[in-house]
Amino acid sequence: MSSAVYAVLNVMRRELAGYFSTPVAWVFIVIFLVMSGVFTFYLGSFYERGIADLQPFFQFHPWLYLFLVPAIAMRLWAEERRSGTVELLLTLPLSTWQAVLGKFLAAWFFVGLALILTFPVWITVNYLGNPDNGVIISAYIGSWLMAGGFLAIGSCMSALTQNQVVAFILSVVVCFGFLLSGLPMVMNLFTGWAPQALLDAVADFSFLSHFAAISKGVIDIRDLVYFGLVMMFWLLANTILLEIRKAD
Amino acid sequence: MNELRIEARQLSKRYNNLVAVDQLSFEVEAGEVLGFLGPNGAGKSTTMKMLTGFLTPTSGTAVINGHDIVDDSLAARRVIGYLPEGAPSYGEMTVRSFLEFIARARGFEGREALLAAGSAIDRLNLDGVPEQPIETLSKGFKRRVGLAQAIIHDPQVLILDEPTDGLDPNQKHEVRRLIRDMSREKIIVISTHLLEEVHALCNRAMIISDGRLLVDDSPIGLITRSRYHDAMTLVVEQPERAASVLSELPQAGKVELREGELTVFPAEGCKLFEVITDAIREHGWSVSELRLEAGRLDEVFRQITKGETT
Repeated sequence: MSSAVYAVLNVMRRELAGYFSTPVAWVFIVIFLVMSGVFTFYLGSFYERGIADLQPFFQFHPWLYLFLVPAIAMRLWAEERRSGTVELLLTLPLSTWQAVLGKFLAAWFFVGLALILTFPVWITVNYLGNPDNGVIISAYIGSWLMAGGFLAIGSCMSALTQNQVVAFILSVVVCFGFLLSGLPMVMNLFTGWAPQALLDAVADFSFLSHFAAISKGVIDIRDLVYFGLVMMFWLLANTILLEIRKAD
Repeated sequence: MNELRIEARQLSKRYNNLVAVDQLSFEVEAGEVLGFLGPNGAGKSTTMKMLTGFLTPTSGTAVINGHDIVDDSLAARRVIGYLPEGAPSYGEMTVRSFLEFIARARGFEGREALLAAGSAIDRLNLDGVPEQPIETLSKGFKRRVGLAQAIIHDPQVLILDEPTDGLDPNQKHEVRRLIRDMSREKIIVISTHLLEEVHALCNRAMIISDGRLLVDDSPIGLITRSRYHDAMTLVVEQPERAASVLSELPQAGKVELREGELTVFPAEGCKLFEVITDAIREHGWSVSELRLEAGRLDEVFRQITKGETT
């Protein structure tokens, strides 16, 4: 194993262990499962629709993540800076991007775990009917990728401040912008004056449209690349911000 | 090329208009225990943060064992063990898991990491608490955990930022003993604002104020700069009469009477002990206390740091 991979895995492992040695992990998982259940069965009219699929489950994920993912991400760097451990971490012989990536991956795997724990919904729908399990798997992958996008934004915002509440609010706002950029209320701001190319670009930035495509079972390479680029961009910004602001 | 050596070249750090460290140049060789002394905000911590790669210098650089801290930061960091100010650590982790994390980050793999953590636990007498979360430990123990992570890879260069700050006298003594035990064949740089610490630990002291190096000397050299160096202080009945007699001595310079203590300062290049004991015998004074002053570090420190700023 190369030393860079080893360094990233070491940071990731420590971070993940940190989640489970405090109530944070359990509170998050319980709330995530309860909320997704509430959304699916009440707001999503899971039974009343009479269709054996998980559309009512997945369609609320963007809105669930909007608040829950920043709650996980807010402590990533703000807490390190407040407690001074950032000085310890970043004077170890590992580069800043390795630390950023390790912490991000820990949070991403953690959200992935919470997502896997929703499997009773999947069992339920298979018990009730014959859903297209390929679509469901695709939607799970899309949901996890979208969570990664939110997390990368949240991690970057967390590097901006020592205050977790500020980090939380900033990431909710930025995530909200990314979520909505394809919807008419944002697009109306641009139509009429902006060139079509910019309109397309803004519409293309939306998490919603890319997630919608994957959750219908269409795994398009462009959607995968999109989420990959979003994560890379925000994590790169995160690394640069940290280099500049770590000691403030 | 890879000899044990720190060389700071015009190391500087500026924040907007504030100059935290101003063109600091110095060299440290193997076996030296260097104390950074200075008032709060003098630039001691900033200098250490640059040496350890946490902060990038605004200009200048330092070379540690042949590795430039700007161009070759990771290699420089590998040879350093660092205790940041306040000994930060991940409070929710147990002592052992924290040290294993540090060991892996320092390049130990598998069983080696466990062994390295175990031996650091032994060396810092943490064997009573390895499975306790760090946040539940006392301040003294937390400091030892901080030292344990700094020495886990047996670094050639140890940089310790205020290692005994906030500890009680017993804990201070203990931490100093640990540092002294490690000092052979290494370079140790500590920062402190405690003068007695320099005396107890260091064989070299640098006084820094406003980011500039004011004095670079041995602790003994520092103390001989004190006007109290080689002065004699006595507590005597009828001090005024004794004062007038002693001030007539050719070997005596100034004589000061303060709170019943009579202090006689030597004239340039003179020794006082014999002439004063002779005078006591001759006049039959009743003396309850008589001491030869080594010098007062706090006075030297004030004189150097204040003398520069005012």
